[in-house]
Amino acid sequence: MEAFLFYFFFVMAIGAAVGVVLSKSPVGSLLFMVTTLFAISAEFVLLEAHFLAAVQVIVYAGAIMVLFLFVIMLLNLGHDYRQDLRVGVFSLAWVVVVSAMAGVVGWRTRGGEGLAASGAGAQEIQAALEQYGAVGAIAQPLYTTYVVPFEITGILLLVAIVGALVLAKRNA
Amino acid sequence: MITAFLLQGGGDAVAGGEFHPFLPGLVVLLPLLGFLANGWLALQHGKASADAVRAGGELDLGDRHSRPATHTLPTWIGPGVMALAFLITLVNFLRMLGAELHEPVVISYWTWMATGTFVVDAAIQLDQLSMVMMMIVTGVGFLIHVFSVGYMRDDAGYPRYFAYLNLFVFFMLVLVMGASYALVFVGWEGVGLCSYLLIGFWFSDREKSDAGKKAFIVNRIGDFGFLVAMFFLFREFGTLDFVPVFGEAEALVYGGGLVTAITLFFLLGAAGKSAQIPLYVWLPDAMAGPTPVSALIHAATMVTAGVYLVARSSVLFALSPVGSAAVATVGVLTALFAATIALKQNDIKKVLAYSTVSQLGYMFVGVGVGAYAAGVFHLMTHAFFKALLFLGSGAVIHAMHEAYHHTHKHDDPQDMRNMGGLRAAMPITWVTMWIATLAIAGIWPFAGFFSKDEIIWQIGAFGGAETAPYPALYTFIWVVALAAAMLTAFYMTRMMVMTFHGQNRTGAEESKHLHEAPAVMWVPLAVLAVLSVFGGWINVPEALQTAWVGLGGLLPTSEWLHHWLEPVTLQAHEVQLEHLGEVSHYAPFGGGEALWAAISTLAALTVVVATIQILGKRDVATPANDPQPTGFANVLANKYYVDEFYDRVIVQPIIRASRFCWKIIDATIIDGAVNLVGMLAKGMGWGISMFQSGSVNTYAFILTVGVLVILGASVF
Amino acid sequence: MMVEQTLFLSAALFIIGTFGVLVRRNAIIMFLCIELQLNAVNVAFVALSNVWGIDGQVFVFFVMTVAAAEAAVGLAIIISIFRHYQTVDVDNFNLLKW
Repeated sequence: MEAFLFYFFFVMAIGAAVGVVLSKSPVGSLLFMVTTLFAISAEFVLLEAHFLAAVQVIVYAGAIMVLFLFVIMLLNLGHDYRQDLRVGVFSLAWVVVVSAMAGVVGWRTRGGEGLAASGAGAQEIQAALEQYGAVGAIAQPLYTTYVVPFEITGILLLVAIVGALVLAKRNA
Repeated sequence: MITAFLLQGGGDAVAGGEFHPFLPGLVVLLPLLGFLANGWLALQHGKASADAVRAGGELDLGDRHSRPATHTLPTWIGPGVMALAFLITLVNFLRMLGAELHEPVVISYWTWMATGTFVVDAAIQLDQLSMVMMMIVTGVGFLIHVFSVGYMRDDAGYPRYFAYLNLFVFFMLVLVMGASYALVFVGWEGVGLCSYLLIGFWFSDREKSDAGKKAFIVNRIGDFGFLVAMFFLFREFGTLDFVPVFGEAEALVYGGGLVTAITLFFLLGAAGKSAQIPLYVWLPDAMAGPTPVSALIHAATMVTAGVYLVARSSVLFALSPVGSAAVATVGVLTALFAATIALKQNDIKKVLAYSTVSQLGYMFVGVGVGAYAAGVFHLMTHAFFKALLFLGSGAVIHAMHEAYHHTHKHDDPQDMRNMGGLRAAMPITWVTMWIATLAIAGIWPFAGFFSKDEIIWQIGAFGGAETAPYPALYTFIWVVALAAAMLTAFYMTRMMVMTFHGQNRTGAEESKHLHEAPAVMWVPLAVLAVLSVFGGWINVPEALQTAWVGLGGLLPTSEWLHHWLEPVTLQAHEVQLEHLGEVSHYAPFGGGEALWAAISTLAALTVVVATIQILGKRDVATPANDPQPTGFANVLANKYYVDEFYDRVIVQPIIRASRFCWKIIDATIIDGAVNLVGMLAKGMGWGISMFQSGSVNTYAFILTVGVLVILGASVF
Repeated sequence: MMVEQTLFLSAALFIIGTFGVLVRRNAIIMFLCIELQLNAVNVAFVALSNVWGIDGQVFVFFVMTVAAAEAAVGLAIIISIFRHYQTVDVDNFNLLKW
């Protein structure tokens, strides 16, 4: 059952991702993207990352994608779109390069014996989930080991908000 | 500081007891001050004439009594500094005469340069040789300055002329008074510069400025020799000062390769400056300069620098029989070669120029056979009579020029075929030039007889020494020298006959305007004439003094110059005596000194009289009617085609090689390579700029490729 | 635990995202594809946290934060560009050239 669900969402994520790239309308791309995010979120659940699955749906699919949608609507890109895929020699070059990338990555990930055999990480996560619960398991390292990067992330978000306001402000 | 500079001369620097130099630095400094003053006036004058030209006219010099200060002041400054310098030199000479001076007096003013172990002081050396040269330079120089006042008075470049002339004297004094080879070289280059400036004095004439360049460039070849010789000396002795070099010179191997190389390179340098084969070609062309310049620079002083150099380095030359023989051979060949060319020249100054080259050859023979005193002696007498001849020819040209100027005729005032019969118009010039001619022809009792005869005698004596290196060579030199002396008598008499005797060929109208030179010009002639008569009496050979030559002992001195120069030449003579033994007392084919002196003077007299008889009766054609000479005469008239030969063999190949370097190597290969690099960079830039499309996608693509490369590198 | 398969999913998503960035001209779509690439990385982190421990999931948290900040600033830039050019077609923004 678990394997079936995994491959189901697997195919769903990839299919939706291809849709993101190929969809004519920006809104269509956006909806495909949301679909992809949902599928990824489901994979997270299958990988025992429950909290991240929730955050994925709430933050990504809920907040960021809505932000995109707002922008699309704001710029009135919802209709009279035209196909903007590049075709021709350059496009072929893109394909070649991307295929080479796939080859490299595939070569890199072939025969992952060391990964499958090691269940240490999974056991550790299992123990943390049992001890602290789904949220606590992530909160524990986030507020201890990674507290400084966490605070810096807060500053980053503040800067991003200010920057976005300045950029988008209709200046005189 | 100036006072200290001028008054320095006593104290520790002075060796030799009694001799106290009197302001020797001032002798050098005065002409320099004269140069600065005249140079400043020349610049002012140049500004004034530039303003006049801009205003659309030409600077008017006015008549002789109302000229601007820039034109009148040099008359007093130029000869004035020379007179003062001569007087100071005279005082020093008299003091040295009264002192027993065995070691040279070296007065160092400041350190000119010090780089590592190479130290050169700005120092002057006072000894008997430099004193003789100083007397000649300042004395004859003064007379020629005075003559120039008359000769150049109406020239627009008058202040500039005196500036150059003063500068020349300054450098010449540096040359003869410098206490090291480095300082001599400074003077050597400086006189070359002034020679260039004065030959090309009328630089608006292309031919004349080219003559200046030729002199400069030919001299460069000689300067190369001088420099290499100096490098050798420095490597061997670690210094270029005369005193230490000559002090240690005898440590060199006698006849060794090093000393031979040094002397041969010095010979090359001397041949350039003193116009010897093969570098003599510049001197005849140097006649393009004003005639007093020819007298001062190209007859009396600068061209004798080579002789001075050899006499100064007498120790080195005595140590190298090959070097000495080369000097003598070059000298005698030049003497004969130039004398034959002089036979067919029609330009009065060209005759004198080749005569100068020939006489310089005699001096080289003299110093080449170890008779350094005789060489310097001939240098001195030659300065008198050749300066006189040049100044006399200057007076003649001056008169001819003014005569043509009156009738606006454009004939060559220097061509002897246009002269003839000038003795009536110019008696003083005529008499003084005859005195000089008899002197140069070697007629007793004129100055040239004593000096030339001594040189010829010394050739035989040297060649006949006990262990003389090349007796046959010296016999040959002796014969050639005698023959050249006869040629000298002939071409000089020919010049006099063509100029002063026979019918006048100047033109009916022009001949009325021929006149004697003004007093400012003929007085120097008279003084030099007196010197040309009596100048030789200071060095009557001892062996001859009681014979007929010395009027049975009536002539006052006996080898005075020889004894005077002894402290300088002693070392060389000792070397010579040690390795060659006593010199011979007989000429190569027998006969004593008195006999050969009589033979040579009688022969010369015969030539002179015969020439007057033969040429005096012959009509001389004017240039327009003169047929082209044929056969060997044509070769002589064209100076053996040496200039053409040099042009074909040296100049043209160099020009072709330079053109090749310019057109092919520089313009095509080097510039091409440079341009190619530039074009490559440009092309590469153009190609790479294609990637910079401004399209974000392209940048992303390139970024991806970069990531791929790094990824690939980490994977494989 | 399907670690290997998940990693393959991550790679596939990343490549699709890259391809999208390269071939689309619409700035917003390109931006979306970048988000897709970030998510591919997230997937890899989560998968590998099953091997190396909980830290991977913490990194995902940071990545999401950066993605949010980036989306805010990036979309603001797109808005101001659009105000200027009346388009979001990147082919029109080619001032970055020789």
